[in-house]
Order: sequence, then C-alpha cells, then structure tokens
Amino acid sequence: MPSDFAPISALLILSVAVSLIIVFISRLLGPFHPTTRKLSPYESGMQPFGEAIRRIPVKFYRIAVLFILFDVEVIFFLPWAVVFRDFKLYGLAVMGVFFFVLMIGFVYEWKVGGLEWD
Amino acid sequence: MFGPGESSVIVECSAQTTCAVIHAILTSLILFFVLLTGFAYTTVLERRFLAFLQARIGPNRAGPYGLLQPVADGIKLIFKEDLTPARAKKVVFWMAPVIKVVPALLVMAVVPFGPDITVPWFDGKWYHMAQGLADVNVGVLWILGITSIGIYGIALAGWSSNNKYAMLGGLRASAQMISYELSMSLAIIVPVMLAGSLSMGEIIEAQNETPILGWFVFQNPMAAIIMGLALLAEVNRAPFDMPEAEQELTAGYHSEYSGMKFAMFYLAEYIGMIAMGGIAAALYFGGYHFIWVDKAPLLGPLVFGFKVFVLLVVMVWVRGTLPRIRYDRLMAFGWKVMIPLGLVAVVWSAFGVILQEEMSTAGYVALVVAVWVVFLVASDYWLRRVGRREEPKMVHERIEVVSLSGGRGASAIRTLDKVIGAPLARSGGSRGEKQDQEPEE
Repeated sequence: MPSDFAPISALLILSVAVSLIIVFISRLLGPFHPTTRKLSPYESGMQPFGEAIRRIPVKFYRIAVLFILFDVEVIFFLPWAVVFRDFKLYGLAVMGVFFFVLMIGFVYEWKVGGLEWD
Repeated sequence: MFGPGESSVIVECSAQTTCAVIHAILTSLILFFVLLTGFAYTTVLERRFLAFLQARIGPNRAGPYGLLQPVADGIKLIFKEDLTPARAKKVVFWMAPVIKVVPALLVMAVVPFGPDITVPWFDGKWYHMAQGLADVNVGVLWILGITSIGIYGIALAGWSSNNKYAMLGGLRASAQMISYELSMSLAIIVPVMLAGSLSMGEIIEAQNETPILGWFVFQNPMAAIIMGLALLAEVNRAPFDMPEAEQELTAGYHSEYSGMKFAMFYLAEYIGMIAMGGIAAALYFGGYHFIWVDKAPLLGPLVFGFKVFVLLVVMVWVRGTLPRIRYDRLMAFGWKVMIPLGLVAVVWSAFGVILQEEMSTAGYVALVVAVWVVFLVASDYWLRRVGRREEPKMVHERIEVVSLSGGRGASAIRTLDKVIGAPLARSGGSRGEKQDQEPEE
C-alpha cells in the first residue's frame, strides 16, 4: 500500500533538511578568505594543467553496459523467488531455462574477454 | 513483563491517524538520532580498535577514554574554511554530499528493530505498534534501489570537483559499486527465496522457526559470505577501498571537499557501514531474534544493536588485517568469482527448498546426508590427491616441505587458492609489470 511509505517520507524530509543545513553550516560559521592558490585544484603541489573532465576510458562504459544487462536479469529473479514454492518443480524447470540463457551470455562474455579489465 | 489487563482497550496504532502520525515522527526521530550517534561512535570504535590492533593507543585525550572525540572533530570541522574550487561545477559540487548522505540514512527505514509491542498511553488505552519505521511489503527492493542512489553521490562528487584525482576516484568507485551490487542482489535473493517474501519483517520472522539454528546463515552459508564481501565492497571498506587509496589518489572523490561537506562523506560511509551491518543482520543473522526476545519484545532493539555492533567490529578487524587489493583484480574478483558463486548459491537454495517440499522428510534428510557424504568423500579424495601431487614439486624448498606435507588442511587452502586464483591469474596475464592501471588516456 502506498500509505505504508508515509512514515518513510517523515524520515526523508528530516534527512534532506538536516543534510542541507550541514552542507551550508561551514560556509556560515567558518572563515572564508579565498585566494587563487586555495581555489586551484589539488594536484599534489604540481602546477595544475588542463581540465580534469575529459574523455573517459571505454572500459568504464563496458562495465556500465554489462551491469545494466545483468542487473535486469537479476531483478527478474526476485518475483520468481517470492512465489517459486507454489510452482514446485515446474517453476524450477522454467527458471532453469532462463538461467541457461543467462549462462550462455555470461560464458560468451567471459570467453570474448569482456570481463578483462585491460 | 507487564501487559494490558483483561479490561483494557487495545488500539491498533496504524489504524488510527493520530497515533500513526505520532509513531512515524517519533520513530523517524529516534532512528535518525540513533544513526547519527552511531556514526559518531563508530568512528571512535574504528580508531580505538584499529589502534589496538596496531599496538597503538588511539585517540584518548578528549573526554574519558576519548569518548568525546567525535564532538571535538565535529566542532573542528564546522569552523573550518569551506572552499569550492574555482573550476568546479558549483551546484553539483554542493549537492553531491546530500545525494550521498540521504540514501544512507534512508536504507534502514524498512528494517524492523523488534517484535510488535503494546504500550500504555495517557488516555488509558493500550496501543499496539511496530518497533521500526515502516515494514513495507517491498523492503528488499527498497534496499536495492536506495543503495544504488548513493553511487550517484560519489560519481557526481568526483566529476564536479574538476580534479584529476577526484575524477579517477569517482569513476573507480562507481564501477566497483555497480559490479558488486550484482553479487549483492544475488545474495539478497537467497533469503527472499527461503522466506518467500520481500518484506524484511517476514524474512526476520521466517528465521525464528527454530531459534538460532533457523538463521539463514546456517541454511546457506555461501550466500552469507558473498553478502558480507559484497557489502564490504559496496560501502568501499578495506580491503576494497580502492576509491580512497591514499597512495594513489590522495583522497579519491572527496579530495576537494573541506569543512562539513568533507565530514558528510564520512558520515555517509559510516552510516552506510551501520546500515549494511543492519541489513546483513536482518537477512542472515536472525534480525532481532535471540533467545528471550519473544517473551520481552523490548529486548529486540538491544539484540539487533548488538548484532550490528559485532558486524562493525568485524569490518574494522578486516581493515586492520587485510591489505588493499589491486583494482583490476578487484574487478576480476567481482565479475569472475563473486557472480558465478552467487548464481551457484541461488541454485543451491532453489533445489533445497523445492526438494524439501516435494519429498518426504525422511527422504529429504537421507538425500541431504547422501549429498554431504558424497561431497566430503570426494573432497577428501581430491585433497589427498592434490596433496600427493604437490609434494614432489616442493622438495627443493626445504621450509615449504615441512609445512605442506600436513595433508588435507594445507591442500584445502591451496585448492581454494587455485579456485579463486584461476580467473584472477587469467586476467592479470602480466603480473607485476603493470603496476597501476590508471585510466589516463
């Protein structure tokens, strides 16, 4: 029922309010004397050069794509996990087919080197 | 225990609006302050216990035994200068700590902390209410969804700082967290299957069918171990604390943060530890159940808090014991070891539950015993074979021979090392050459 979530909204409002206060409290109470050096990015004492926001290595994208595929598949397990007692061996067999297809994808991914980091 | 008399009126709290509102506000305030206090004292616990493990003293100056240390730290951080780097994306930079902290605070909302209680109120009636904020019927989905939001906080903090260290730390952290989230989800499916429900309350109650031995950790220990490892990676704790590897990335995604914004990332991390401890305790260690809790419901929160405390001590202990692992091995471990083992754990529980229902009790017990006997005999045979095969290789290493000829124990460790190490060895094709795989292009 949606009303079950009403108590959680009390906690949500409380958390957001308190974290907004905490975020701004140092600026209000602490000293603030910015200089060019203080506002430059920290690069271990070296002279900063270039933008830090640049092209991202493709392996991070690959991890993201793989994550989406497997996360959707894992979420498909959840409704089955709730009711699979009712379906007995039939449910097990049906999920076995799904599991088999999932495994084909996983093994293929592994074999072509999709899980290698470099 | 005291309780309502024969003549007293018992009111269901959730059915009455006033009581429901008061209950919601009071419980969320209690939960909020317990989490914040828990955060403060988890830092002390970590620093004192880590100091003990490393034969140091740790912070002991502020107050008795250093108990006022979090207050001192908080006051110091509040009065620090709060800088925003000139090239940073300002709005995102200021909002990222909020995005990181709020989910950490919200995760515990669906976990009940004790059995329902009946309490008297000033109007002479007794109110029957839950100990806990809201035991929603999709609690497990809530946990999975809310923990994922925290990743945005880290990724956005790293991106908006416009600092190379922060950027790399944020990327690493988000890649690591989404990878281990898969095995965490798989390990969460197992209690759902065993209990047949997505509600945290029902999962906890399902573990009380037999006291202590009914806990799901005894029904599927493999899933519990996977859960523990995945939770450690999910909150970026050692040995999976790559995003904050000081030697490589200074402080990772929060390099550019100062003042209370910096403290908020620690707030989120430690509250995340508490929340993860709470989730692990609820899913695998029986939640608030222990021996007397059924008779005295008010003991529930204490028992639950104690279980979370023990898990926190274990987390600090792990940090004090294990070195940080390399990033490419971390990802290989997540994808090639944790996910297959998680799938095996799901299959294990699926067959266990279905066969238990299909077969007679005697037949099921016979089957379980048979499977264990076959497993033990086969592993004993295998370990002895491995032990025999390994021995001649080690002859030229005098010291090794003494320790390795022990037989099954040593070969068990070596087999485990091979099983876990095999996929890692494949991934790290050139061990030692590549020191650090920085995504610098």
